[in-house]
Amino acid sequence: MSPSSVKAIAEPRGAPRRGWHRFANPGRFLRAASKVQPWLTAFGVVLTAVGLIWGLFFAPADWQQGDAVRIMYIHVPAAWLASAGYLMLALCSAASLVWRHPLADLAAAEIGPIGAGFTALCLATGSLWGKPMWGAWWVWDARLTSVLVLFFLYLGHITLVRAFDDPTRGYRAGAILALLGVVNLPIIKFSVDWWNTLHQPATISLTGAPSMYIGMLWPLAFSAVGYACVFAALALAGTRAAVMERRIRALLLAEAARAEDSVPGAADALETQVPA
Amino acid sequence: MIALAMLARETQLSFRHGADTLAAVLFFLLTGALFPLALGPSPEMLARFAPGIVWVAALLAALLPLDRLFGADFEDGSLDQLLLSGLPASGVALVKAAAHWLVTGLPLLVAAGPEAIMLRMPSDLLATLLAGLLIGTLALSLLGTAGAAIVLGARRGGVLLPLLVLPLATPILIFGAGAVEAGAAGLSPQPHLLLLGAILALALPLCPIAAGAALRAACE
Repeated sequence: MSPSSVKAIAEPRGAPRRGWHRFANPGRFLRAASKVQPWLTAFGVVLTAVGLIWGLFFAPADWQQGDAVRIMYIHVPAAWLASAGYLMLALCSAASLVWRHPLADLAAAEIGPIGAGFTALCLATGSLWGKPMWGAWWVWDARLTSVLVLFFLYLGHITLVRAFDDPTRGYRAGAILALLGVVNLPIIKFSVDWWNTLHQPATISLTGAPSMYIGMLWPLAFSAVGYACVFAALALAGTRAAVMERRIRALLLAEAARAEDSVPGAADALETQVPA
Repeated sequence: MIALAMLARETQLSFRHGADTLAAVLFFLLTGALFPLALGPSPEMLARFAPGIVWVAALLAALLPLDRLFGADFEDGSLDQLLLSGLPASGVALVKAAAHWLVTGLPLLVAAGPEAIMLRMPSDLLATLLAGLLIGTLALSLLGTAGAAIVLGARRGGVLLPLLVLPLATPILIFGAGAVEAGAAGLSPQPHLLLLGAILALALPLCPIAAGAALRAACE
């Protein structure tokens, strides 16, 4: 889509000019997103590539785990993004329930599949890592189980949002479900502290010094930031496409309504082109 | 007052459709009876698995009547009337949850004793199992009510409902079965039961609020 067509959308009167709410206006969101998205995509791809190549080929092997530790550079950022993505989903859902921003609904519906993808990546790489380290593809410890529940919550949200004939109802139901599922996030975070798990406890915290060699920390940081940018770029792209889809549907319906006004019966022919 | 009248209406309706109410209990007993057939009737093995079997069967049986919890009222319009009754939507949901527990959770509790004995569970663990089930079924009724309200009006909501409720119900299953496991290992089941109580304390305000929001969305 060309930037000029986006600029042509008029600012609504009385729309908030400051604060985060101004991005709830789809036109303003589209303009901001179309500027930010190429950068996010570029940063995401470059940082992820740097982090993964550094981690997979140049970072030192672990004294205990050997080269298998390199799975960490794929697995740990995916796990962080899986949780952070659910938090974003919950924030969008809260915004949708409190302020009824339609944009938040669209964003929530787009974040669901992306978050589920990252969770699936986390589970798959964790399984591949578990086989050489623990001798099993899967163990039923608290961390693995709670992430599996997160995966099911994502899948439930994806299915629920699309299960209603009226999309607005689906968004509302999905938002309530997403907020109910938030209780799982602290369980995932603290599962390694509350229970004796085979999964190792956190090595990196926001407050304390990381108990990890700095030569392994840098590639991990690169791939984590890269993953986050990729996640954000995908979510933005999905939301932009959803806004456009909505707009096209509205235009087609308006056209159909106009055609019905001029020629009785012509609307039926047009309506068949509108995707349900 | 309205809440009591509504609770009386719900239980009365359930008694008049007695077959629906009995179906959940029958399902519970039948599922439990399948395990000895599949695992073999060895008493030691059955005794080890009995708490888990009873818990899983109870969890699934409690979900069974949920898709009709709001369904009939939604279709014939009485749900709109209930929401206009002066009771807040979350109150309506709470009464529905209480009714669900009275007609499903309570019969399951009664049936759980014989079922556990048939599965050769040591009888000194029975009190722990029932205490866990008492708290657990209450929490399940609340959670299930929220799930039923959320899928109200969805295509194939009956299939969707377990997909949404079961992941959220896993902690109830873990601590409920864990309490009996701890008792069998000679440890105190109290921590597990207290954690179950914490889940119930969390579900008691949160689930009716969520269910109320979903009911209002469904009847807009």
